[in-house]
Amino acid sequence: MISIKNIHKSYVMGQNSLHVLKGIDLDIEQGEMISIMGASGSGKSTLLNILGILDNYDEGEYNLNGTKIKKLNERKAAQMRNRMLGFVFQSFNLVSFKNAMENVALPLYYQNVPRKKRNAIAMEYLERMGLKEWAHHLPNELSGGQKQRVAIARALITNPKVILADEPTGALDSVTSLEVIDLLHEINKTGITVIIVTHELDIAQRTRRTVRITDGMITEIIIN
Amino acid sequence: MFDLDKWQEIYSTIRKNKLRTFLTGFSVAWGIFMLIILLGSGNGLENGVKSQFGGGAVNGIWITNGMTGMDYKGLKTGRQIRFTNDDYKVMKSTLTGPDHMSARMFLGNNLTSYKDQYGSFFISPCHPDYGYIKTINLLQGRFLNNIDITEFRKASVIGEKVKLALFRGKDTVALGKYININGALFKVVGVFRDFSRNDDEQKRIYIPITTAQRVFSGSNFVNQISFTTGSADPDEVDKMVEKSKSILANRHTFDPKDERAINVWNKSEDVRKFTSLFRGIRLFIWIIGIGTIVAGIVGVSNIMMIVVKERTKEIGIRKALGASPSSIISLIMQEAIVITGFAGYIGLVLGVGVLELVRTYMPSTEFFKDPEADFSIAISATVLLIFAGAIAGFVPAMKAAKVRPVEALRDE
Repeated sequence: MISIKNIHKSYVMGQNSLHVLKGIDLDIEQGEMISIMGASGSGKSTLLNILGILDNYDEGEYNLNGTKIKKLNERKAAQMRNRMLGFVFQSFNLVSFKNAMENVALPLYYQNVPRKKRNAIAMEYLERMGLKEWAHHLPNELSGGQKQRVAIARALITNPKVILADEPTGALDSVTSLEVIDLLHEINKTGITVIIVTHELDIAQRTRRTVRITDGMITEIIIN
Repeated sequence: MFDLDKWQEIYSTIRKNKLRTFLTGFSVAWGIFMLIILLGSGNGLENGVKSQFGGGAVNGIWITNGMTGMDYKGLKTGRQIRFTNDDYKVMKSTLTGPDHMSARMFLGNNLTSYKDQYGSFFISPCHPDYGYIKTINLLQGRFLNNIDITEFRKASVIGEKVKLALFRGKDTVALGKYININGALFKVVGVFRDFSRNDDEQKRIYIPITTAQRVFSGSNFVNQISFTTGSADPDEVDKMVEKSKSILANRHTFDPKDERAINVWNKSEDVRKFTSLFRGIRLFIWIIGIGTIVAGIVGVSNIMMIVVKERTKEIGIRKALGASPSSIISLIMQEAIVITGFAGYIGLVLGVGVLELVRTYMPSTEFFKDPEADFSIAISATVLLIFAGAIAGFVPAMKAAKVRPVEALRDE
């Protein structure tokens, strides 16, 4: 499903260059649930951004479902993200002036699905998340756990192959964290690949594999 | 680009960002509103002053007799010059330029009555051509004609204010009735309204000069000779004036350089002066107007820049969810165009509305009358602002669309 070989990435800031990823090799199979762990600044988020085609890389090879991802133009990259990938962010990244239903329906807007149809589909997904009554609330009227479930519904609505979750529980208390992780497990059971970036060990341990990154290199792969 | 879904997306964005929409819209609406008011006021000023010009063809020359101001050929200063019918005839036959010519007597105000209604009106004996020279606007009947002159007919053409005073009520028929001017009965053959809004000009009665000389003065004196210069250019007009002066100077033995012996009013010269004055005023209005538009453009650009900055994160989210750069650009630009277009229209309507109110409810003064805005200019200003809004949105939208989503998402 996902295959990366010898990925390098540096950030250039003025005259200084920060070498963040120093040759990452990783294969992820379809339907796998995998966690990426590491201290802050280790490069784990950068890796996830590269996997999500939100950022580019300097060197190496990245294959996503048989497509080589290298220097795609923005239009192609947007299409790939839309069709293949779903994102769950630590800070939820919901559009603040759109209600829950409209937020969930937004990816379908970029697939030119008619408004009524995409809203109906969005309602279905919200119902699955147990948020039907909250469909017409704005994000700031929702709790953290509700917001994250809206974000997950939004990530799922396009039937992606891969869900990329960047610290999905980072802004949540322990009870809601568990709920969100349970949700991600259920999603994984439907055959969707789930990749979670986290620094919480108990969350990492619940995935099939844990990849530990230190200073831009994979130091350890643990099979749980 | 124009699918319904995008409009709904824009509509929902606008509806949920009311303050931002209002601020963008306000600067545009205000710019257009001010421009309309400015243009309208300028036109009002011009209309007001133009109405002060009074009636009279723009190419008219009026020569009035006076008293000599210089000794000449043994004749003393202070001698009254009196024109006669012969002066008129000589001028008419020697001058080739004028297309209409008339002599006039000054009879002053005379007691005039119809049945039991009395009034004192300015009696103006003249030739039929004076109707053209004075640009008389006939409401009913006719102006004087040549037969009135040759047959010494007691015909009269009265101003609408005269009619109102003597023939009570608007619907009373005045044509064919006989009015008593200083003891002589004159038949009303026409009713006129003078081009000038000056009230005195509407309180005049024109009668044939030949009849007046026979009935009132018993002489062949006239006080004024006036003519229009056709399509002559300023140089030719000057030559005509010089020629008239020399004819009259020769006939009445006064120095052609004597400016008090006769008084020449060359209206085309006045018109030229005022035309250049108004050219100046219009230029001034345009400078201010363009300044207002520029301020509006700067305002729109500013707000659009802030809007894009403010929406960077949203743009990042949209890109992560699969928005292409072109869809981001068109979303922001269409929003900008819709807002500026709509606001511009509102400014236009408000401006025209205010001008209409002023026009209807404010009494026109000597220097301000009938403000009106040039609609095509207002429309093109609106289009310009919309265009500016689009450009102002385009540059930052372009930048935002190019930024990698990861950077846009990081923006707080």
